[in-house]
Amino acid sequence: MALTDKDIKKLSHLAKINIDSKDEEIVLSKLEGIIKLIDSMQKVNTDNIDPMSHALDITQPLREDVVTEKNQKNDFLKLGPESNEDYFIVPRVVE
Amino acid sequence: MKNLSLKELNIGLSSKKFSSEELTKFFLNEIKTSNPKINAFITVDEEKSLQQARDADKRISQDNMNELTGIPIAQKDIFCAKGWKTTCGSKMLDNFYSPYDSKVIELFNQSGAVNLGKTNMDEFAMGSSNETSYYGEVRNPWNLDYVPGGSSGGSAAAVASGMAPAATATDTGGSIRQPASLCGLTGLKPTYGLVSRFGMIAFASSLDQAGPIAKSAEDCALMLKVMAAHDTRDSTSIKQNIPDYLKSLDNPIKGKTIGLPKEFFNDDLNQEVKIVLEQVIDSYQKMGVNFKEISLANSHLSIPVYYVIAPAEASSNLSRYDGVKFGYRAKEFKDLEEMYLKTREQGFGEEVKRRILVGTYVLSAGYYDAYYLKAQKIRRLIADDFKNAFKECDLIFAPSCPSTAFKIGDKTEDPVSMYMQDMYTISTNLAGLPAISSPAGFINKMPVGFQLIGNYFDEATILNFTHQYQQITDWHQKTPGADV
Amino acid sequence: MSWDIVIGIETHVQLTTQTKIFSGASTSFGMPANENACLVSLAYPGTLPVLNKEAVKKAIKFGLAVNADIAEHSVFARKNYFYPDLPKGYQISQFELPVVNNGFLTIGDNKKIRILRAHLEEDAGKSVHGILNNQTGIDLNRAGTPLLEIVTEPDMNSAQEAIAYAKKLHNLVQWIGVCDGNMQEGSFRCDVNVSVKPSGSEKLGTRREIKNLNSFRNMEQAINFEVNWQIEQLEDGNEIVQSTVLFNPDTGETRAMRSKEEANDYRYFPDPDLLPLKITQEDIDDIRSTLGELPEVSIKRLVEDFKLNDADASIITSNKQTYEFFQSLISEGLDPKITANWIVVNLFAKLNDNELSINESPINKDQFVLLIRRIMDKTISNNAAKKIFDLLWDDPKVEVDQSIESLGLKQVSDSSAILPLVQEVIAHNQAMVEQFKSGKDKAFNALVGQVMKLSKGKANPGQVSELLKDELNKV
Repeated sequence: MALTDKDIKKLSHLAKINIDSKDEEIVLSKLEGIIKLIDSMQKVNTDNIDPMSHALDITQPLREDVVTEKNQKNDFLKLGPESNEDYFIVPRVVE
Repeated sequence: MKNLSLKELNIGLSSKKFSSEELTKFFLNEIKTSNPKINAFITVDEEKSLQQARDADKRISQDNMNELTGIPIAQKDIFCAKGWKTTCGSKMLDNFYSPYDSKVIELFNQSGAVNLGKTNMDEFAMGSSNETSYYGEVRNPWNLDYVPGGSSGGSAAAVASGMAPAATATDTGGSIRQPASLCGLTGLKPTYGLVSRFGMIAFASSLDQAGPIAKSAEDCALMLKVMAAHDTRDSTSIKQNIPDYLKSLDNPIKGKTIGLPKEFFNDDLNQEVKIVLEQVIDSYQKMGVNFKEISLANSHLSIPVYYVIAPAEASSNLSRYDGVKFGYRAKEFKDLEEMYLKTREQGFGEEVKRRILVGTYVLSAGYYDAYYLKAQKIRRLIADDFKNAFKECDLIFAPSCPSTAFKIGDKTEDPVSMYMQDMYTISTNLAGLPAISSPAGFINKMPVGFQLIGNYFDEATILNFTHQYQQITDWHQKTPGADV
Repeated sequence: MSWDIVIGIETHVQLTTQTKIFSGASTSFGMPANENACLVSLAYPGTLPVLNKEAVKKAIKFGLAVNADIAEHSVFARKNYFYPDLPKGYQISQFELPVVNNGFLTIGDNKKIRILRAHLEEDAGKSVHGILNNQTGIDLNRAGTPLLEIVTEPDMNSAQEAIAYAKKLHNLVQWIGVCDGNMQEGSFRCDVNVSVKPSGSEKLGTRREIKNLNSFRNMEQAINFEVNWQIEQLEDGNEIVQSTVLFNPDTGETRAMRSKEEANDYRYFPDPDLLPLKITQEDIDDIRSTLGELPEVSIKRLVEDFKLNDADASIITSNKQTYEFFQSLISEGLDPKITANWIVVNLFAKLNDNELSINESPINKDQFVLLIRRIMDKTISNNAAKKIFDLLWDDPKVEVDQSIESLGLKQVSDSSAILPLVQEVIAHNQAMVEQFKSGKDKAFNALVGQVMKLSKGKANPGQVSELLKDELNKV
């Protein structure tokens, strides 16, 4: 499963990380090394094995439907890279 | 005060030999002196620390203290602390003052410990050498040209150099145990779920665990006593009866069995490390412990499996860093799309970006089954290996790292060679098991550690065995500059 | 060329919990921007989700109400994509193992619309446009509100069927108390997948998805436009491209969104911060016991036991408040048919004119009950009752018996008083009598009308009819 430039462009787009075309080669070669590493898994037979998502065999605890959080609007807006008194501001979203 | 253990510091405080304020001032001074060359701390806030110290002194005077009251502890900069800059070693969070405390910080605050400062780390905990931090590399106090290990390199270096008596850290693939080993310290990764992840900046959610780095098993036990607690704000936090880890430190270990995984003690093991480890085995045998060969047949797959699962989870966990609600935002962009692309290009370092891309790849359409799903299946095989092994032994013995510390810059060109650092530690993260690294000796004057891996929630046995070893050896008492 | 229409519907239903699905922040509607946003809503580093028990209960309740299987074991998954109102850069949803599977709703003449699945997920925040030029404001109040996404199989074959399903679903989720159904506020949002195929063809056409329809009127218009558009395209030899489409209520047209991207790769994987959700048979039985009677069963009861007609029964069960109101009146011994009629015709007329819901009705309930009793015991005629009803509406302090007295509305039911009037009308309206005799039934009503007029509206119309019939037979 060799990577191509097209793959890099697609990954860059999905992960929203810009990669300048001049850097694509290097990114590609370093990624290829890692993909080669993980490809070694393919030789293993995993038929009938249940995937393991969690270390422990427990189920989801449930929370009572009671309000526990209070209004911290001002503190939060202050932490924003750009905000006014009500909203976090971003460049206009085109639908 | 510099080389006192947590226990000794506690005695000093309760007997009024010194105050918390004096103690804190002492360590803040050590930091002023040593940090410029070691770079273990990202943030130090003397005022905040001293205020906490004064509050602790009040408590002490009222006889309202516990084992950690008044003691300054260094906090890995992965734990959100209210009002403190919390960066996770990244430019992305260079301006992030956390609006809340993580559970771990809450616990230390409640016990009256003093937050000594935020320690340096590999960016977003991704690394094994503390060379990927936005705030510069950390240097190994044993030799400043060498790495301290990672990702908790700052915590390890702080303790090893005497800038802090103990520190918190986190371990996703070995990030507590490997730096502990490279810096001659004792570092414990608890069972997954024992310590709350609430407020601990996520790297790989199913693998991350917080734990202590300190100068001895006893100090780690003290720290773990504070850190282990159920938290309803973390769904993966276990409701478990927490034993008193201190009480069991002196339990007899004679007649118990330690497993030796043959896959770890093959020809791949560095010869010099092997010699040191054989001495450790010898010491245990002299204490009446039996060693038995066991097999962890799938352990060689742990690195590829880890480098599918961890980047996959990380790629998703790090999507929140988008320049919208907090953290870094690029200065120039023509639209929203460009804001995202540039913010994340500029805010993340190379290794982080690389892992996000790998993670995105292994989750993407057409590759999910071959990579992510496959890795989760092999993960079960790895965990089952351990389950079977623990039928035959109480603990499992292993190297902590392939070698001693390497030179700064040696492995930064080839990510894969860096990943190999984790070969002995990663499988325990995949299985969720607890493990410790303890000093075992020196090779060319650089520290080497050994690992003990325990069954689920059996930290008590791990600490017990390590403490017993540390009663008959003094590797853990050595400090840089001393004659090794 | 004739065409078949194929429609499937995905509905996002906001669950009526106090708090968000994964945090203890409030879900109260209409708060100023970002006041209901907590640490988890903002996706601060280190924050983690914890599942709301009530959201799970409501999901189970819905599943039971549509005869579905409740998964003993279901899993939360991350749906990864970037959008400013999606704070984590992923939505926590359910993918391979949803909580509800394989249910159905029937519409019209017993047509089954299969519900493939329903799953729990979190809502996103809101983007507010036009703050300043070229800027959008992000409000995270709504981020994290619990949603149940309900997905049908493409079993509907016309706009009418689609609306029927949507309306039935809309009533049901309110009836069982899992959603407030407020489409204006966004509590109930439908995405409609529409495709067409040549009649009789097995192969489904390419579908387009009309998103975010928030009224039944819009839904109907949108579907009709889309179907016609697709048919036109295909008849012109063009292919339908799978796309997401928005409906413009002003123009009545659907248009594909201006998105230059290919279908998003969401990279679903099980959320490692959440554990598998386990639901036991005991949990299910507990919730089943709180389900109560479902609208379908209620309608049947109204028709079979109370002999209401289908139309009235449908209206009475169109929402739970009306049904409960009706039930409460019946429980006081009122005649079901008269009561149903008064609710459906008279009360609803007033409510609709004033755009009020039944809970906002200003009528004093005890007086309303009394009014119907007075009709039942023939004290007043229906017409007289209408006059009093108007008074009750305007002033809740009005008392029925008092009004009957003061307005002299008491009906005359005494035959000895009515008979002379009947005889007088017959005597003075020979032409009408002749018409009736020759088979014109309308003449009878006219004669009744004359008697009523003579009695100044006070005669009991039923009695009048009886006596008139008898007298006419004698002539």
